[in-house]
Amino acid sequence: MAAGVATWMPFARAAAVGWLPLAQKTMPKPPVDKKSRSDEILFVNVSGLRFQTWKNTLDRYPDTLLGSSEKEFFYNEETQEYFFDRDPEMFRHILNFFRTGKLHYPRHECIQAFEEELAFYGIIPEIIGDCCMEEYRDRKKENQERLAEDTEAENAGDAPLPPDATLRERLWRAFENPHTSTMALVFYYVTGFFIAVSVIANVVETVPCRPIKGSIKDLPCGEKFSVAFSCLDTACVLIFSFEYLMRLYAAPSRCDFARSVMSVIDVVAILPFYIGLVMPENEEVSGAFVTLRVFRVFRIFKFSRHSQGLRILGCTLQACASELGFLLFSLTMAVIIFATVMFYAEKGTKGTTFSSIPASFWYTIVTMTTLGYGDMVPDSIAGKIFGSICSLSGVLVIALPVPVIVSNFARIYHQNQRADKMRAQQKVRQARIRMAKKGATNAFLQHKEDGGLQDGDGDSTPFCVKNRSAFEHQHHHLLHCLEKTTNHEFTDEVTYSEVCVTDSVGFRTSRSTSLSSQQGATTTCCSRRAKRRAFRLANSTVSVSRGSVQELDTLHVTKTPAGTQYPQSRSSLNARTEDLKLNCDDYTAAIISIPTPPANTPDESLPNSPAIPGILRNSRSSTFNTQDTVKISSL
Amino acid sequence: MGAVMAALSLEARRRLSRPNREKVDSDLELSIVRHQPEGLDQLQVQTKFTKKELQSLYRGFKNECPSGLVDEETFKTIYSQFFPQGDATTYAHFLFNAFDMDRNGSIRFEDFVIGLSVLLRGSVTEKLNWAFNLYDINKDGYITKEEMLAIMKSIYDMMGRYTYPSVRDEAPSEHVDKFFQKMDRNRDGVVTIEEFIETCQKDENIMNSMQLFENVL
Repeated sequence: MAAGVATWMPFARAAAVGWLPLAQKTMPKPPVDKKSRSDEILFVNVSGLRFQTWKNTLDRYPDTLLGSSEKEFFYNEETQEYFFDRDPEMFRHILNFFRTGKLHYPRHECIQAFEEELAFYGIIPEIIGDCCMEEYRDRKKENQERLAEDTEAENAGDAPLPPDATLRERLWRAFENPHTSTMALVFYYVTGFFIAVSVIANVVETVPCRPIKGSIKDLPCGEKFSVAFSCLDTACVLIFSFEYLMRLYAAPSRCDFARSVMSVIDVVAILPFYIGLVMPENEEVSGAFVTLRVFRVFRIFKFSRHSQGLRILGCTLQACASELGFLLFSLTMAVIIFATVMFYAEKGTKGTTFSSIPASFWYTIVTMTTLGYGDMVPDSIAGKIFGSICSLSGVLVIALPVPVIVSNFARIYHQNQRADKMRAQQKVRQARIRMAKKGATNAFLQHKEDGGLQDGDGDSTPFCVKNRSAFEHQHHHLLHCLEKTTNHEFTDEVTYSEVCVTDSVGFRTSRSTSLSSQQGATTTCCSRRAKRRAFRLANSTVSVSRGSVQELDTLHVTKTPAGTQYPQSRSSLNARTEDLKLNCDDYTAAIISIPTPPANTPDESLPNSPAIPGILRNSRSSTFNTQDTVKISSL
Repeated sequence: MGAVMAALSLEARRRLSRPNREKVDSDLELSIVRHQPEGLDQLQVQTKFTKKELQSLYRGFKNECPSGLVDEETFKTIYSQFFPQGDATTYAHFLFNAFDMDRNGSIRFEDFVIGLSVLLRGSVTEKLNWAFNLYDINKDGYITKEEMLAIMKSIYDMMGRYTYPSVRDEAPSEHVDKFFQKMDRNRDGVVTIEEFIETCQKDENIMNSMQLFENVL
């Protein structure tokens, strides 16, 4: 809960007087506050720098070191002050957090040091205010990346594999880090060599060679030495296919590998060959066949496995894709406008090359990029005027905005990142608020289960309840007063939805219908008991499989010491209940905990609800007697 | 072409920055409004708090609201934080009106502290008076069924959805009927201050619970 709220607690409690005349039940007694009420000034000495503050200021955040009783460990009796052997400069910011409720990140400090101080004083860094949050996150990410790079450079490929690594793992490592073994390095260079050979062969086979005897025309080498070239091509493709299949076999996650960019490039590189094998050699598809040969040039992209720089370039282009798209769009607009104008301007001219607007696109592009091939030239005066306007504006369109756009790219890119970060931060903040609310609710509900709300003996159950601050005591008392006013109780969403389930599904037992109202009460009562267990079990996130009685019993028994967070409260509950009832609770508790997700995912509904009543039915009929006693004792 | 684009973007930016400047001006105006409370001695006379308590209260109050005034939205936010499960805004609205004695839309420190003094240190009659004032929404001296129903609904709203047993729609009106049965002596459909105080003084539970919050501060 927010710190400032602690200041308003007395007010909220005083306002509860408004409920008193309306209350249907008697109000609970308020918690006894043994501390002295008056505020006092505390002295905090941090490595010689003495700070003073009100005790109330520190009490605002009871879950930090300074706000809780943990600071008593640092109390120095002789000098009557709290002494911390920590950085005094940083402490200023920590104390300001207590005073103002906002945590600021000092820009000149090292982020690691700051985080260590926060960790020492028990403050989570997420509370950093909006003003400093971005800086903090940027620095933190930078730091993390730097550390990650360092560790990666250390570990990358140099750490030896565990001796029991499978062949698959070894292969994968050899592929990803060629420096690890000689074999991998050889393979790496061989594939690189063959990529180069394949690309060069593609290029060379179109160079005109001296014609064969008896012919005048120059032949491309590809046709002259067609056998040699096709053998070379086949060899390369075989090697690439082999490499791809080996990578596919060795990949730890085949789906991810198949979807990665590199594997797509590999596939595109070898596919034309296979398609060419499959396709028959006839006239209709020869056009497509030629297209396929073009795709062979994509083999050159396989070099990106060998070159870090290519990969970075690819990433950059990917990142700037939207800005480039916008540039393209504005160019297209300009091209269309000028092409239309030129076409209509030149329409009258005889024998004009501007035969259509799409034909004028070519002229516009050539003119705007100041290429000026001269294959299309305007003749009419209007055409020349507009043509000159086109070339002038081409300079403006292409040359001037490019630096502006380039710098805009950087700015827009960062802004987008910031917007995404903000959205992510917002989500995190909302989630945190929800969790804090849940935490408050859960704390109160847990407090109820621990039996801390019994009037009268506040002393008998102190060992059962967790150590809570005075603020929590008062807040729980306030919520309890509200419960008594309205004669309803707070529950959490899990148990609420279960009650809905049990209420909606009609229970049938062997008893007569005259007891139906009692059944209703006992159902909810028993399930409430079970729900308490389920709530606790859900907290410990144990998944139970349906089994025999023995299994459930043993599960129940073994769960007690290990998984639960509140072992003492369980024992206190047991002290009040009878042993016979444990069977019923085992069933219902264990079974209800099957579909119940942990308490922090309230949005999922119970999937197995129809099954629960059936099983509950069986268990209830056998233990109905004990449920009577349950009813009396719990109400 | 590029010039056109640049001109368009400049225009858009100018249009964006203009309302910002206006907003900044209005923000400046608001933040100048401040309130300083009356002197410590005067407040000591008006309330039953000691000097130290007043000092402590004011420090907390000033820390939360540096301008010295609490407006209704802030009040609702603060009060809602105590009841995370339900919706406390309606009840906070009624509370705000009960505290804001001069009905100017904001609570000053004096209102705050005088209200607290009545609730924590006042006599039982004074507390009952305060409660009556809270329930009487239009401050006409009578609590009608509609007013009580509104109050009751707002209280039940604070419980939220997840309660056991779950709150039925008729629960508030049933509660109101019970209240009127108890309080409305002459069955005229309204509860006056005299009926209210008389009935409460006869009810032991209510009288005992009035002592509950004595030691809050």
